[in-house]
Amino acid sequence: MSLILILEQVLNGLQFGVMLFLMAAGLTLVFGVMGLINLAHGALYMVGAFAAAAVAGWTGSFVLALMASLAAAAAAGALVEVTVIRRLYDRDHLDQVLATFALILIFSEGTRWLFGSFPLFLDVPSYLSGPVMLPGGIQYPLYRLAIIVIGLVVGAGLFWLIARTRIGVQIRAGEADREMIAALGVDISKLYTLVFALGAALAGLAGALVGAIQSVQVGMGEPVLILAFVVIVIGGIGSIKGALVGALLVGLTDTLGGVFLPRLFSIVMEPAAAASVGASLASMLIYILMAAVLLVRPSGLFGGSA
Amino acid sequence: MGRERVFNAAMLLALLAVPLFAWGLDEPFIITLATKVAILALAGVGLNIALGLGGLVSLGHAAFFGIGGYAMGILASHAQNYEPLFSWPFLFEGSNQMPLIWLVAVLASAAAALVIGALSLRTSGVYFIMITLAFGQMLYYFAISWSAYGGEDGLSIWVRNEMPGLNTLDPIQFFAVTFVILCLTLWFAARLAQSAFGLALSAARQSQERVETVGLTPFKLRLMAFVISGAITGLAGALFADLNRFVSPTMLSWHTSGEIMIFVILGGVGRLYGPLVGAAVYILLEHLLGGISEYWQIFLGLLLLGMVLFARGGLIGALLGREVAHD
Repeated sequence: MSLILILEQVLNGLQFGVMLFLMAAGLTLVFGVMGLINLAHGALYMVGAFAAAAVAGWTGSFVLALMASLAAAAAAGALVEVTVIRRLYDRDHLDQVLATFALILIFSEGTRWLFGSFPLFLDVPSYLSGPVMLPGGIQYPLYRLAIIVIGLVVGAGLFWLIARTRIGVQIRAGEADREMIAALGVDISKLYTLVFALGAALAGLAGALVGAIQSVQVGMGEPVLILAFVVIVIGGIGSIKGALVGALLVGLTDTLGGVFLPRLFSIVMEPAAAASVGASLASMLIYILMAAVLLVRPSGLFGGSA
Repeated sequence: MGRERVFNAAMLLALLAVPLFAWGLDEPFIITLATKVAILALAGVGLNIALGLGGLVSLGHAAFFGIGGYAMGILASHAQNYEPLFSWPFLFEGSNQMPLIWLVAVLASAAAALVIGALSLRTSGVYFIMITLAFGQMLYYFAISWSAYGGEDGLSIWVRNEMPGLNTLDPIQFFAVTFVILCLTLWFAARLAQSAFGLALSAARQSQERVETVGLTPFKLRLMAFVISGAITGLAGALFADLNRFVSPTMLSWHTSGEIMIFVILGGVGRLYGPLVGAAVYILLEHLLGGISEYWQIFLGLLLLGMVLFARGGLIGALLGREVAHD
């Protein structure tokens, strides 16, 4: 196994991690600020992907498709927040789990009704397709590289938003003490809608970006949602920094484990058995990682008391 | 409390009467639906011990349901092929005898619940929900990649397993088996809730500090409840696999966890017969709405949403009033 293969897989892991971060950031923000566990976050990812596929189909423009994914997911998020989610903030987690599970059923079946059961395809635009030569002689798909860059830029923008702007100050204050900032004259319900729509937009963008690599289909958000949960549990619920670190850890572990575990086992086993044992173990690897982190730090790497 | 007892008895009688009536009319499909209700209610009764009594919001009970299912699938497939599961350190052959399969299903899911519970109960609240969910998914992906037992395609069993003295291929006799198990488990759950253990567990849900002050360890109580809960759901999984003569990773998926939770909530959390009401309503809806529209889950979603937002306490709560009696 060559160094080039390893570097390629590290880049793949990074790309996966960056996508997970876009998902996890919204989840962790919503939990940190509003104390809400949102299972329907994966549905917003799906909404973004479908909006992008539809707009790309009409206009042929990938940039417009990405904008549409942001707008559609943010709009769906704001709508859901105002009609349903708002009533759940002072409920217990059980009610939140059930109501957002119900939202998944509604979103999934609604999308199936609108677009049918067959997957849609979102093409990578010509200016982003094909491989690119990286220093060191690594050939890597340009589109995946673009995803890493877009993800990192959006991530940096999010950190800037939270750390440096007036809205960021209000969001952080909302995490610390929601009664106090309401008393100081901040319109808390508008702030909540905004945070929810922001998280939704990030999920929608992730859905559109990944949709061009995989297919756009109903239920595509659920595996990602659960990985995003693993990410924020590892990183500490409510912490954006934790979401970033957790996402990269999970992305790298999952990608590298899937590629290298079967090879590792093939040293001591016959190839067929090694492939099957390796694949089984690799699929469990991130959960083992999560269990290990929780054994050492029950509230995650960067979690306070949640 | 009196009214709830009457209501419970009526529910149980209805579950018994419908298949008997269908038997008389020679409608095996309805008997199968009733069997499904009894089995899914059993899974819900299991979850309700963790959720209603212990206050543990587990979104990973599909793990135990699926382990029970795979216990049945693995034992029966080995019996079907006449291959032993393993021959060292002792010979262990497959089996098509229900009692042995149930025993293995209960032990395997209890063992899994012990490990998952011991890790997950280190945390609480939203972490607990997400971690149980994640462990469930871990087993789901494991089952998908475990090609020895069918992988993604699952395992089919040609003939339903046997029960001494009964013909389990006859729908009404298989229904009787599941009904008796459900009744015994409901009785057990009622006794458990009133036992010293059940009272301490309820107390730990209401106030952790007070329970600690009197010298009990909430962690141990909860772990015990989680194991019992997982074992019952595992037994239901073995029966469910036997009903379909098929087990696949779908039984382990988190949608299954969500559905088992829906049974409990639709009926009413902490109500002994809540899961039975919930499972019956769910199967009825699936059957009735599924006939009208392919997209019936939209209506299920709307109903569930309405239930959570406006009718807390579930159907039993809406029918009989708010008070929750743990009997």
